[in-house]
Amino acid sequence: MIQTASKPQVGDDIASFRDNYLRAFRIMLLARAADDKFASLYRAGKIHGGVFLGRGQEAVSVSIGVALRKGDVFAPLIRDTAGRIAFNEPLLDMARTYLGSPLGPMRARDGNIHRGRPKDGQLPMISHLGAMIAVVNGILFARRLKGITNTVGVTCIGDGGTSTGAFHEALNQAAVEKLPLVLVIADNQYAYSTPTSRQFACKSLADRPAAYGVPVHVVDGTDLGACLKTLSKAVEQARAGHGPQVVVANLLRLCGHGEHDPANYIDEQLKNSPLGGDCIRLAEEKILQQHLANAGELMSWRNEAAQQIEEVVATVQREPAPDPFDEKWNALATEELVEGHETSD
Amino acid sequence: MFSAISEKSVAGCLTYLEAIREAQFRALTDDPRVFIYGQDIGNFGGAFKATKNLAAEFPGRVIDSPISEDAMVGLAVGAAIEGMRPIIEMQFADFSTVGFNQIVNQAATLFWRTNIPCPITIRLPCGGTSGSGPFHSQMLETIYAHYPGIVVMTPATVEDAYSMLLAAVAIDDPVIFCEHKLLYYHLKADKLPSEALPIGKARIAREGRDMTIVTYSAMVHEALAAADELASEGSEVEVVDLRTVKPLDTDTVMASVARTGRLLCVGEAWPWGGVTAEIIARVTSEGFGLLDAPPQRLNAKDTPVPSHPNLWAAHRPTARSIAAAARNVLRQ
Repeated sequence: MIQTASKPQVGDDIASFRDNYLRAFRIMLLARAADDKFASLYRAGKIHGGVFLGRGQEAVSVSIGVALRKGDVFAPLIRDTAGRIAFNEPLLDMARTYLGSPLGPMRARDGNIHRGRPKDGQLPMISHLGAMIAVVNGILFARRLKGITNTVGVTCIGDGGTSTGAFHEALNQAAVEKLPLVLVIADNQYAYSTPTSRQFACKSLADRPAAYGVPVHVVDGTDLGACLKTLSKAVEQARAGHGPQVVVANLLRLCGHGEHDPANYIDEQLKNSPLGGDCIRLAEEKILQQHLANAGELMSWRNEAAQQIEEVVATVQREPAPDPFDEKWNALATEELVEGHETSD
Repeated sequence: MFSAISEKSVAGCLTYLEAIREAQFRALTDDPRVFIYGQDIGNFGGAFKATKNLAAEFPGRVIDSPISEDAMVGLAVGAAIEGMRPIIEMQFADFSTVGFNQIVNQAATLFWRTNIPCPITIRLPCGGTSGSGPFHSQMLETIYAHYPGIVVMTPATVEDAYSMLLAAVAIDDPVIFCEHKLLYYHLKADKLPSEALPIGKARIAREGRDMTIVTYSAMVHEALAAADELASEGSEVEVVDLRTVKPLDTDTVMASVARTGRLLCVGEAWPWGGVTAEIIARVTSEGFGLLDAPPQRLNAKDTPVPSHPNLWAAHRPTARSIAAAARNVLRQ
């Protein structure tokens, strides 16, 4: 039941999906540029709340957005800037939510990675890990009741999140209902500071979904080509009606949990192992090696990405801050049920 | 044992439980967006038979779930985002705490965070019955009412069980529907109601000029029985049935206290904080001058709900203990 992505064959592998590869790579550059910018704004004290980076996880994340179509559903987790951009989240949404603009989708009520547009299939995560899986199940379940088929839902979790009851309840629920769910586990070796040895005692995270009768696809999360292939296959399988699929991407978080975290607990040996490879640097090497682009093009793409992020941030920095006197302070959609609501009678 | 419900056999053939089943039948009939999801609710018809025959009558829309309260509520939220109106049956209110996170953090925050409504109804068979013990007897309206973004209903009559459940399904917000198990079989009415008070309005269950008892759910019937007893002693007690604890109809409570000058709040939930404390806080801060005596409250004892009938009957307020508490208020 556990499937391992075949190693890309030198020569024809990248060329065979060259367009996707380069498109994904450029989104990864954009995600990295955004991460660098928000980290810098955080250090400058310009961000209210935390900043959570996806450094080292761009390859698996972007592969999700690339594999999905319009009309699909994506509930990203905290390190999915690349996947969000690939799934057409406007860059402005990211900047407005990080910088607290009332013009953003969360209207400054929620911040940083807690953003989305449910009607566009982009779900805003709550902080409780595993809780978004059942929500994606619900959307897929409702679509089936309505007779809508052919759409897929993807959501992400980390190694630590697989220890929650919510993860197990929801994965089992998806399996029982045979929903077209793809659950992507980024096994980045640490949940905040806790290593996987304190998180689970099974040999591999791939053992967990297998216990629910869910096929598992294991992939090297540092290898963009392998991630693109694996995600594309998992999404295809779900779309074809083969029920939920789990992807386990092995990689290392190349940053702290958030920008407040120096991450001095990360094992040096892991950093120097293949797991510690930077997926962007590895993809660049491959691009040069395969002559998909030259060093000058890489440089200009990088500059273009940084420029694009600078422009978006500058735009949002000119927007007004939220005004508590304009805020409705109303948690119900049904206004007449809000306590203290003035009625005409 | 002195229990209002067992002594008061109301004429009629439609029970509180049947009203809940009928309301779901009508919701499923009238609105294709409605489906019901919960444990054992399909062909089996539910632990209490609140969904009896509904799976056969509405194929594919009354669906058995795994024993996964968290995932049940999470699925309902996703379905609501997709435009559906799910009803979740918790087998017992007590088990809703396993799905608590999805209720208070996912469902209750969705509209405020995203401007997308979350029309889900979560039915909680709640409250004590003899022999049910610590994990099948809880009253949880207080903890859900504490969170913003949730409507909490506590119907006390067959008519309200029916009309309020239909209203819960129609409301664009998460509704915690607390249906009291003690009322399931004993409370009867002649027919289903064709109209109802608006949601959020309390009801004067009995008029009286000497004092006000504010309560809700099964305690309404204990309070009415206490009022009967006090009437034989010459005191006229007004009983206010809150119907919804959130929103809480402060206006009706205040108007009653303005007439009577005396207040006793009764709840079957635990005493720390909660609905009864909230009412007293509001009345004393906004209507201190209306009071002729210190307002009092009567709740269950501050222990888990005991199993044995002797202990259970002493744990929760009853007509007898309510009457005793009311006499204290009247004496002052």
